Amino acid sequence: MHMSDDLVIGGHKFQSRFRLGSGKFSLDMTRQVIENGGVQMATLAVRRANADGEGNILDHMPEGITLLPNTSGARTADEAVRIARLARELGCGDFIKIEIIRDSKYLLPDNRETIRAVGMLHDEGFIPMPYMMPDLTAARDMADAGAAAIMPLGSPIGSNKGILTRDFIRMIVEEIDLPVIVDAGIGRPSQACEAMEMGCAAVMANTAIATAGDVASMARAFRLAIEAGRMAYLSGPGRVIEGRGVASSPLTGFLGEQ
Amino acid sequence: MDVFVNGKAARMAEGSTVSDLLESLGFTDGRIAVELNGDICVRAQHATTLLHEGDRLEVVSFVGGG
Repeated sequence: MHMSDDLVIGGHKFQSRFRLGSGKFSLDMTRQVIENGGVQMATLAVRRANADGEGNILDHMPEGITLLPNTSGARTADEAVRIARLARELGCGDFIKIEIIRDSKYLLPDNRETIRAVGMLHDEGFIPMPYMMPDLTAARDMADAGAAAIMPLGSPIGSNKGILTRDFIRMIVEEIDLPVIVDAGIGRPSQACEAMEMGCAAVMANTAIATAGDVASMARAFRLAIEAGRMAYLSGPGRVIEGRGVASSPLTGFLGEQ
Repeated sequence: MDVFVNGKAARMAEGSTVSDLLESLGFTDGRIAVELNGDICVRAQHATTLLHEGDRLEVVSFVGGG
């Protein structure tokens, strides 16, 4: 077993492999969810400010957490760049989750515009982490354009349906030499564990926690599942045999043998 | 003169700066970012950037999101 197992993205080291989306929580719960989940990186969105703001989410972020602003609301690469610049001006570093969506029903990401945005934002010194439809060719283009990680969806955002795209995510894990973070669709700890067993570098979840009966407890369940899946991956899962069984107990020394 | 902040008109005196506007609208929490006619207006320039008739500003902050 490895002594240290840091996840490195854009030159930054993380021990936690749980990325939390901070939407849909009451602000008061945010800190407890982050602490229970052992979360070291959380996403935020950029929106028009209210003068009479009812509390700033930054006040609910624990010390030392790395913020990952997203470009939600962007429908084109140019809009994503505009939002990224505003996020940087807000003063929370260079990480940016690129999220470009033109489809309002299934909320699927636009890979073509996302590839373009990766290049533009990389050129401006950002650390681009593109949310994408799992497609190996697009992932290669994003890697070539300067992505720091690849974030394929498991199923539509907010659906809690799990990893419906597993075979396509597996291709990206095997072929792309960047951290792969399953983003969107993971609804249960078992699904987060599956992603980690597949060799994904991390899991991003938001709705799965936010819609749970006990959000703080579910954050802890995800933490444990992600750790278990990672440990299983590093341990090397045992082989699968088709069409027959293989006894686990010795086939000799039975009672009554002559 | 009228300028537009987050899509809404705001009347300001001639010679007003971005800082004046933020103060008059109650954006007292410093954790905001300002875009002026499509370009970032960095914090250090809020006090010296003059507003002009028809300027379009976006004032944003972080909110929870995935």
